[in-house]
Amino acid sequence: MIQQILFALVSILGFGLAGRQFMKIRRNILLGGEEDVSGNAPQRLRNMLLIAFGQKKMFKRPIPAVLHFILYVAFVITQIELIEILIDGFTGQHRVFATSLGGFYTFIISFIEVLSLGAFIATFIFLIRRNALTIPRFKKPEMKGWPTLDANLILLFEIILLVGIFTMNGTDTVIQQNNLDPAHYPNTGNLAVSSWLGPMLFGGLSFESLQILERAGWWLHILMVLVFLNYLPHSKHLHFLLACPTSRGEMENMPAIMNEVKSMMGIGGDDAGTDMAMEEELPEFGANDVFGLSWKNVMDAYSCTECGRCTSVCPANITGKKLSPRKILMDIRDRATDIGKKLDSGLDNYKANPEAPLTKDNFDDGTNLFDHISREEIHACTTCNACVEACPVLINPLEPILKLRRYEILTESAGPADWLPMFTALENTGAVWSMPTPRDQWATDMVSEQAESN
Amino acid sequence: MSKSLVPTMAQMASEGKEPEILFWVGCAGSFDARAQKVTKAFVKIMQATEIDFAILGNEESCTGDPARRAGNEFVFQMQALQNIETLNMYKVKKIVTACPHCFNSLKNEYPTLGGHYDVIHHTELLQQLIEDGRLKLEGGGTFQGKKITYHDSCYLGRVNGVYEAPRKVLEELDADLVEMKRCKTNGLCCGAGGAQMFKEDEPGNKRINVERIEEALETGAGIIAANCPFCLTMMQDGVTGKNKENEVMVLDLAELIVDQIN
Repeated sequence: MIQQILFALVSILGFGLAGRQFMKIRRNILLGGEEDVSGNAPQRLRNMLLIAFGQKKMFKRPIPAVLHFILYVAFVITQIELIEILIDGFTGQHRVFATSLGGFYTFIISFIEVLSLGAFIATFIFLIRRNALTIPRFKKPEMKGWPTLDANLILLFEIILLVGIFTMNGTDTVIQQNNLDPAHYPNTGNLAVSSWLGPMLFGGLSFESLQILERAGWWLHILMVLVFLNYLPHSKHLHFLLACPTSRGEMENMPAIMNEVKSMMGIGGDDAGTDMAMEEELPEFGANDVFGLSWKNVMDAYSCTECGRCTSVCPANITGKKLSPRKILMDIRDRATDIGKKLDSGLDNYKANPEAPLTKDNFDDGTNLFDHISREEIHACTTCNACVEACPVLINPLEPILKLRRYEILTESAGPADWLPMFTALENTGAVWSMPTPRDQWATDMVSEQAESN
Repeated sequence: MSKSLVPTMAQMASEGKEPEILFWVGCAGSFDARAQKVTKAFVKIMQATEIDFAILGNEESCTGDPARRAGNEFVFQMQALQNIETLNMYKVKKIVTACPHCFNSLKNEYPTLGGHYDVIHHTELLQQLIEDGRLKLEGGGTFQGKKITYHDSCYLGRVNGVYEAPRKVLEELDADLVEMKRCKTNGLCCGAGGAQMFKEDEPGNKRINVERIEEALETGAGIIAANCPFCLTMMQDGVTGKNKENEVMVLDLAELIVDQIN
């Protein structure tokens, strides 16, 4: 009975706290502006199946793909067992499904055990890859500190979780094999791993020790799950939940600009050109902060796994430039989290207008995204799409980079001075270079060239 | 009006004719001395295969791609809307271009602005002509058995998924096509995209075109085939920087083909 009450308290607290943090992440994501993501549902569903569940894009690099796939499947399937743990915990029963499901129960738990064993091995290989080998994408500047610790912590959690599972199942098996208390410990059948690992590790222990160890394993499992749930919102492993595939983004046309251009050219409908003229303040174009990005961009940032595949294929990064697509995503997430915390503080000095309450629309902390992402970084992008292609969770790092460029050029009238002649030439002559010759001079030249060759 | 072998849409329209296809030349193809050679080679191929085509001539304007990638949406839309007006006025249905940046804008970005055309890249047209038997190459040509490597441009390859058409054209040359380590979806940029062509590099330890040319030279190929005027410039700069301009040629697919048809 005490155990039941304790379980109920711990679970409710664990789930409750995690829920609160997830609501904050949601709030932070919605700091971004609107974006219509509707359309082409069948294509999306297909993407979802292939890329999220099938991990299709991981398989460009087969070794990590196979290891990650094992971990991922083990993680997902283990959650079936969690249902039983929750019911057992609240009702004070033991392995509530074992008797009713019979052979099928043995099959499911065995399946989980085999996957878990695979996950155990994969986790160790991952720890070696992260720490003993020098894989360049794990050693970039943006990985210093928390990101590297984060990657190792999750692997440690995984090991603890697996130790819990095998202790729980292994001791249970030994208790059953020795027929110590068949009324409380129902027959689970021969489990694929525990039937040999259990006796090997726990054989010969007293019934009392076995009982204590079984409970310890069981509690370790559920506590680890709760810790994990609460850790998730602070970690790159949010991608479990947020990596939601969408179709490849195309650049949006910025309606305000279109209206302005149309009115200048004297084309378009009656409403063309009125939007901007009606506004009192000069509108801002592009993004200099999370508020100017779309919620999808911010969610992308929260679902980034920091794997660095984008950075490892970025031509700018490969040739030693500061730009790292992964860092752009990490910066957006850090900034969104920072704004979220400041909004929670309710402090007056974060208000744009001191009279009004502190909200995302009335927020000014004197900094913006450009304090995280330097101009040098966004200028170095060749828009080659290699990062977009490389991302296993379909993030488009190019989109925020281009929105920052838009802010610089359209709102600040700044940006690389080298581009000014190109813009001027385009505006004045319709070509990227100002040339004195007609555009089809080459065609005229062809006539004389052919005459010469004849 | 200047005497020209290449009809413009305006001339065609004045004679009440509509060509089968519009050749979109682009800024580089029109003004850049190196890219002009590609333009001329492609025109010769179209003339030799009796394709009914025309150009816009002075009515053509930059598609606006470099402005858009630089963040100047205003200039992009000015260019785009003006071009769409011109194209729609001539009721253009089909466009071919030798520039993957123009290709991408016309194909993927103009539709939402009101310009709907069937757009193909010149390497795709070349492949179709070969497949249909309209373009016949001399067997045992200059390139037989020679090593050629093909550089995927980002906007034809990764962005638009055209990998096979240019390779099929190269196979027709009876050459030995050798791939670079980073090819197709993994192809490395030449360094010109995103309006980088028009500015100096940010500080780093290497230029992107040097990184790419080192990879191309590793294949041992004597010819680097390209499909983009900006790639041509970048790759040629890379070759010259390595003092290999006498051993390694950087050529567009149209230039490789035009030599084989006389």
